[in-house]
Amino acid sequence: MATAAEALNASDDQRVGTKPGAMTLAVRVRRFNPEVSQDSWWDEWTVQCEPLERLVEVLHQIKWHHDGTLSFRRSCAHGICGSDAMLINGRNQLACKVLAEDVGPKVTIEPIRGLPVLKDLIVDMDPFMDEYRAVLPFLINDSGEPDKERRQSPEDRHRYDDTTKCILCACCTTSCPVFWGDGGYVGPAAIVNAHRFIFDSRDEAGRERMKILSEKTGVFRCRTTFNCTDACPRGIQVTKAIQEVKRAILFERF
Amino acid sequence: MTTHTYDALVVGAGGAGMRAAIELSDTVKTAVISKLYPTRSHTGAAQGGVCAALGNTEEDHPEWHAFDTIKGGDYLVDQPAAMLMTEEAIQAIYQLERWGLPFNRTPDGRIDQRRFGGHTAEHGERPVRRACYAADRTGHMILQTLYQQCVKRNVRFFNEFYCLDLLRDEDGTTAGIVAYELATGELHVFRAKSVVFATGGYGRMFRVTSNAHALTGDGPAVVWRRGIPLEDMEMFQFHPTGLARLGVLLSEAARGEGGIVLNKDGERFMERYAPTIKDLAPRDMVSRAIYQEIKEGRGGGPNGDWAFLDISHLDPRVIEEKLPDITEFARIYLKVEPTKEPVPIQPTAHYAMGGIPTDTDGRVVIGPDEAVVPGLYAAGECACVSVHGANRLGTNSLLDLVVFGRRAGQDAARHANDAELAPLPEAPDARVLEQLNRILGRTSGDNAADIRKELQDNMFDLAFVVRSEEGLAKMQSVLGGLRERYDRVAITDKSALYNTDLMETVELGYLLDCADALVGSARARTESRGGHYREDHPLRDDANWLKHSLAYRNDDGSIRLDYKPVKMGPYIPMERKY
Repeated sequence: MATAAEALNASDDQRVGTKPGAMTLAVRVRRFNPEVSQDSWWDEWTVQCEPLERLVEVLHQIKWHHDGTLSFRRSCAHGICGSDAMLINGRNQLACKVLAEDVGPKVTIEPIRGLPVLKDLIVDMDPFMDEYRAVLPFLINDSGEPDKERRQSPEDRHRYDDTTKCILCACCTTSCPVFWGDGGYVGPAAIVNAHRFIFDSRDEAGRERMKILSEKTGVFRCRTTFNCTDACPRGIQVTKAIQEVKRAILFERF
Repeated sequence: MTTHTYDALVVGAGGAGMRAAIELSDTVKTAVISKLYPTRSHTGAAQGGVCAALGNTEEDHPEWHAFDTIKGGDYLVDQPAAMLMTEEAIQAIYQLERWGLPFNRTPDGRIDQRRFGGHTAEHGERPVRRACYAADRTGHMILQTLYQQCVKRNVRFFNEFYCLDLLRDEDGTTAGIVAYELATGELHVFRAKSVVFATGGYGRMFRVTSNAHALTGDGPAVVWRRGIPLEDMEMFQFHPTGLARLGVLLSEAARGEGGIVLNKDGERFMERYAPTIKDLAPRDMVSRAIYQEIKEGRGGGPNGDWAFLDISHLDPRVIEEKLPDITEFARIYLKVEPTKEPVPIQPTAHYAMGGIPTDTDGRVVIGPDEAVVPGLYAAGECACVSVHGANRLGTNSLLDLVVFGRRAGQDAARHANDAELAPLPEAPDARVLEQLNRILGRTSGDNAADIRKELQDNMFDLAFVVRSEEGLAKMQSVLGGLRERYDRVAITDKSALYNTDLMETVELGYLLDCADALVGSARARTESRGGHYREDHPLRDDANWLKHSLAYRNDDGSIRLDYKPVKMGPYIPMERKY
């Protein structure tokens, strides 16, 4: 391993991107505004940005200095709040976790698919949240409350760790061809959030959730295309979680 | 305009707002108005932990926690409030666990605890393991858990509704709010007996900040325009370990787990500034130490204004299990590999200690005699109880929002059960309509983004970690100019649907208000205390300044300052050494 001093010098190089205007990026965005037209259209801008500029900041640059009507959701700008899921060069990603140098010199941005587009990159999230709510996404335990904490071994805690990372950004669900094709499918994100409780040793309602997910809109709609796992900005093994829920339903083991 | 009537309203759906809503919705008809979907709130970005003296891994006591909180806050903390918070912390954490929060566990299955800055055993003797945590996404898990409980209770949310005005009747009693529905551009009047503001902070007034774009001080500004003072606005926390240039937070948990801060020579300089607890000194001290190192030429990076956070000597399993998110931030945004090399850092605007003055039941109080505003409540970062004083200890923000979110919710429910609905003023949305139409009506004028950038650049240069009379006076004059330009702002988007252009402009107005209050209060306070450091008055001055600032907005837009005493308790102010 490098010594501290060597490493410090290494950190000083231009990889840390301090030269403004170091690259040119052509940004193509699919626009939609029902007040203007019932059809979508494309706009394109060419902007100067730093190689390490986040795409969400590139969109801000366009909104703030070229076209104030460009509309998109964002908040934390570092991949935690889940507001800015977009279809970026054909892949669902958070605009704040994609850097200009990763997509340049051209990038195409569209709204995520399978949810009604309301304006530009803003989609109606309510159908998505309805599917989430349907799986009883809260701890159910009626065995009486202890004075202190419920005990849970580190191994039992680890069992559902991966699915606690979900930020409900919808990258997974809106990358799923089954979800696009059939509005009846609950989608990966709802299953991830069911998994988070089904495999939590403190929870007592696993059977109820599995009953919901074994219905025709449930987990067996999944065709294991792995789009969801590829799309998850939190690195959740979504397809694996779905398979684990399928197996739990088939063998009642959880 | 649509009018809705509820018993109680919560404005903001972060940790404090949803904790209050859980309390309220069990007993009274409640609605939550939030400009974001609840799970987008910035509570979710909190990383390191939430403190309570559970004593799960070593001896600990709420009293030690209270002492650390008061000393950490440089004695501007209201001591009874801090003692209450640290006592109630224990049940608050157990409650979160019972609601399903996936805390990391000890080998025997209890909630695991780790070290955090400024949290000590036996009144400063040594660091103590007090922070309960879920990897480095504790805030995310709190936000998710509270939202899950809201789903379970069927709490009514109005998502993507911006609160633009507070309505009070002639006696000053709370009558409701006016909100703007982003999806349609429609104005809504919400009548209620109790209104709880829980809108978070206003870090977006600074260029380098850990705060989300949404953190624009909406709650403080809205109530300020309606006669409510703002308390201790000069007390803003600059977190020492923001990712260089970006300000994205790298949790103090990195240092809690053994990470150290280095200057460009690779020296662990905190050994000189805080010999006992070194890198685990409170945030204000570490940020100032970084500034000192930079000033003396030991800063790194192309402009010599960086320090470095080194976790490369930690066990890779510890990094993987306990610090995964911040490791990823360094990899993605700076292309630095934290397991092998130090990460460039810069102090980042992080947390507002000041805000809307409240008592320990979340009731908004006015003036030195703390007159209660009937029906008006605040909780979380937008409130000032004051439990953080001049510098908040790490983890105490998450604790604040669960303890005082709950207390505000309880008292707001009590009030809603006892009180009558206050009458609405005539044309309740008139002021908001006029404000929006002025902005929408201009076909040419100043650009809001330019004004915001100048605000952020100047606040970063003149009102950040190190301040002075000269700099703050200049900042006030800059603010005067920005205010004039703001009154001429024009926007391009005139549409009714999802007009984020319009709302960003409204938010800029809130930031300017909060900056006015911050700079005015900071200029008057001719001492250094906690997060407020004046290089022209470098010492704390208890004889003259052991008191809370209250900033009022006069009708002509100028600021009037008043003060109220700090509520003392068993701890006598002493020199703050670590």
